[in-house]
Amino acid sequence: MANESTQHHDIPERDYHAPKSNYLNWQHTVSSWLLTVDHKRIGVMYLIAISVFFMVGGIFAGLFRLELLTPEGDYLQSDTYNRFFTLHAVVMIFFFLIPSVPATFGNFFIPLMIGAKDVAFPKLNLLSWYIYMIAGVMGVTLISLGGLDTGWTVYAPLSTTYANTNVFLATITIFVSGFSSILTGLNFIVTIHKMRAPGMTWFRLPLFVWAHYATSVIQVLGTPVVAISVLLIGIERIWGVGIFDPALGGDPILFQHMFWFYSHPAVYIMILPGMGVISEVIACFARNRVFGYEFIAFSSIAIAIIGFLVWGHHMYVSGQSMYAGFVFSLLTMLVAVPSAIKIFNWTATLYQGNVVWDTPMLYAVGFLGLFAVGGGTGLFLGVIGLDVPLHDTYFVVGHFHYVMVGGMVMAYLAGLHFYWPKITGKAYPRLMANIAAIIIFVGFNFTFFPQLVLGWMGMPRRYHSYHPDFQILNILSTTGATVLGIGFILPVFYLLWSLVYGKDAGSNPWGARGLEWEACTSPPDPHNFHEIPVVTKECYSYTGEETVSV
Amino acid sequence: MFNIPLIPEHASTFAAKVDPLFWFLTIFVAIFCVAITAIFIYLGLRYKQTPGRKSEHYENMALELTWSVIPAIIAIGIFWWGTVIYFEYANMPEDTYDVSVVGKQWMWKVQHPNGKTEVNHLTMPVGQAVKLTMTSQDVLHDFYIPAFRVKQDVIPARYTTMWFEATKTGEFPLFCAEYCGTEHSTMVGGVTVLPQAEFTAWLGGETGMTPVEAGAALFQQMGCVTCHAQGDASRGPQLNGKFGTEETFTDGSTATIDEEYIRESIMTPGMKIVQGYAPLMPTFASQLSEDDINNLIAYIKSLS
Repeated sequence: MANESTQHHDIPERDYHAPKSNYLNWQHTVSSWLLTVDHKRIGVMYLIAISVFFMVGGIFAGLFRLELLTPEGDYLQSDTYNRFFTLHAVVMIFFFLIPSVPATFGNFFIPLMIGAKDVAFPKLNLLSWYIYMIAGVMGVTLISLGGLDTGWTVYAPLSTTYANTNVFLATITIFVSGFSSILTGLNFIVTIHKMRAPGMTWFRLPLFVWAHYATSVIQVLGTPVVAISVLLIGIERIWGVGIFDPALGGDPILFQHMFWFYSHPAVYIMILPGMGVISEVIACFARNRVFGYEFIAFSSIAIAIIGFLVWGHHMYVSGQSMYAGFVFSLLTMLVAVPSAIKIFNWTATLYQGNVVWDTPMLYAVGFLGLFAVGGGTGLFLGVIGLDVPLHDTYFVVGHFHYVMVGGMVMAYLAGLHFYWPKITGKAYPRLMANIAAIIIFVGFNFTFFPQLVLGWMGMPRRYHSYHPDFQILNILSTTGATVLGIGFILPVFYLLWSLVYGKDAGSNPWGARGLEWEACTSPPDPHNFHEIPVVTKECYSYTGEETVSV
Repeated sequence: MFNIPLIPEHASTFAAKVDPLFWFLTIFVAIFCVAITAIFIYLGLRYKQTPGRKSEHYENMALELTWSVIPAIIAIGIFWWGTVIYFEYANMPEDTYDVSVVGKQWMWKVQHPNGKTEVNHLTMPVGQAVKLTMTSQDVLHDFYIPAFRVKQDVIPARYTTMWFEATKTGEFPLFCAEYCGTEHSTMVGGVTVLPQAEFTAWLGGETGMTPVEAGAALFQQMGCVTCHAQGDASRGPQLNGKFGTEETFTDGSTATIDEEYIRESIMTPGMKIVQGYAPLMPTFASQLSEDDINNLIAYIKSLS
């Protein structure tokens, strides 16, 4: 089966099953990993690091959800509670979500997808992993030692003058991790422009690559602004220069503008790569070319551009001018349209396809439904009149978790289950994986739907103790979080199990199209391809296919 | 135990406008999410992999444009609805009952026009628009009354305003919605809405100095009167009748004399010097609390 499909590319046929030498086993020393410039090994190192940070962030979420079982602040001190939710946010946003798909699957698969031997700057790629690790370890250590209790938003003047912790030292980790993000983005942009194999035109690129291109542009343009904001906080804290604190003649609203100018586009840094994964998964399991390829490709670019112009929707009640609110609200509503276009096109891809229901596809359905809720609840918050009551309540918390966990984490898990056989060469137990997908879906909704209701009932976010009327919904949410936690732990076990006991997956277990499946072994060769492939077909050449080798 | 709250109490004129939009969007989004998931699963089962049937690919520009343009129109429609509600709300009504609020870590201080003060609590009449002029003594706070569907950030060194009109009497929770540090979640209180007559009785129950009287006393005590005394404009500008008018400064710029200008002139007098005067005035930043400044502003307003 796999052999038959290689006819789409002018590359020699060879044995695609269980190659003796691959990128994982050709060198064994620790230094061959820590000093590697192979994008695949760096991707795997990111995968391991990111999983650890995800667990750290998740444990802290579990700890404060436990506190929220009762209205009184009885089990954690309020200082501890505040540090926990800050740590949860910082770790999840900067050390899990932002690098999640790009640094792991992006790193691993972009060169494979475009037919390159590596990214454009392999040493820079390794450097960005080290920067990420330094920032991550520093961040977790400093914050858990009591470094930051301001929320991840570090609003001035709380962060600059009033916080009783060393805000500057802690936020500098965000500054450092930003460089990792910028370097990865830069690397991808150059790689996609300059390293495509002969015949790999822009419109033959997998949509995964388009999504990463859009993401990288945001990373390179947006990340410096958060770095500047963090530096200005430092200047104000250390030298007392009045920038944000009105007591020194500064302007606290200015900080919010600078913060959201990065942090809103950062939302798209987090979600766009996930959308890229979903495009790949749906095309593969529908055995069909993605419907409206160009529309999905350009909607990523549209999101990247309009996404830079909507930051003020975080500030409707901050005291900004009502006319600014008017413009931001209009642009916010318009940025919803490209996401809707993607959803429609993904759905239409199934039409006249040959749909296979397998684990990655379950996660893709989960993504679609939950991301629709995330986007839909975003409409509530984008409309000014309705944002006035809902702003800074649990409705916002529910909304962005629907986008970030329901959307991005689902997409990440879809990618993990889709690409695992390629990365490791091993097949994982499908039944276990399908059960885990369903547990995660159910647990997720039990955790976050009650939070949407809580917000509408009026519970403000970041509350250590709360009004007794809100208790029943909080109990539901914490119960759901327990189920969700179990769901997240399961893949750790069966995926690690598969490394030892899993069957060889074969080079193309899903019958997918694209160079990464058809022209590479599983796990791939240290140099990806024996010779650079010449591409003669577009990437989703499923049309006319009827059977697959699942 | 199984009484899960789903519909919050609504008790203001603004709530009556917000709630229909909320329920419309809830139904619209729910239908969209269920429908798109159902269609996806239906297509997935209808076109389940079948031996002998080949995948066929379609492109359809008309369909693409339809599902681009219609969502855009719907999005703009929803935007318009929400914006109209907001602009009506942002438009401050005449004849408000004016209350000043100072937020500080972690309490609210409320002062009524007759000088009566409350802590973490606001007592107000039903059926009358109440305007809050708010400032913070330290970090950002946010005055949030869920039953009224209103909230507004409270910012140091700046005055933000909000208004609401209660439609029924009762007790409603008041929260700080902007994270403000360690005890953020204890910066809560209540709002009591009384019938007009009961409110008047409540208000008259205690007599203290009104803000204007307190401001007038401060004006003497702090020595403001030495330069700004009525009838003598030789050292400092005259203040009577100035509030709400435009003033020209030494650098040629102009500004309207409002609460924020007065506050700035007391705290950092050198920022804007009225044309024809020397920068003689010292700062009072370390001598006056936010309440004192509110009282001085009330007094200067009363001079018009």
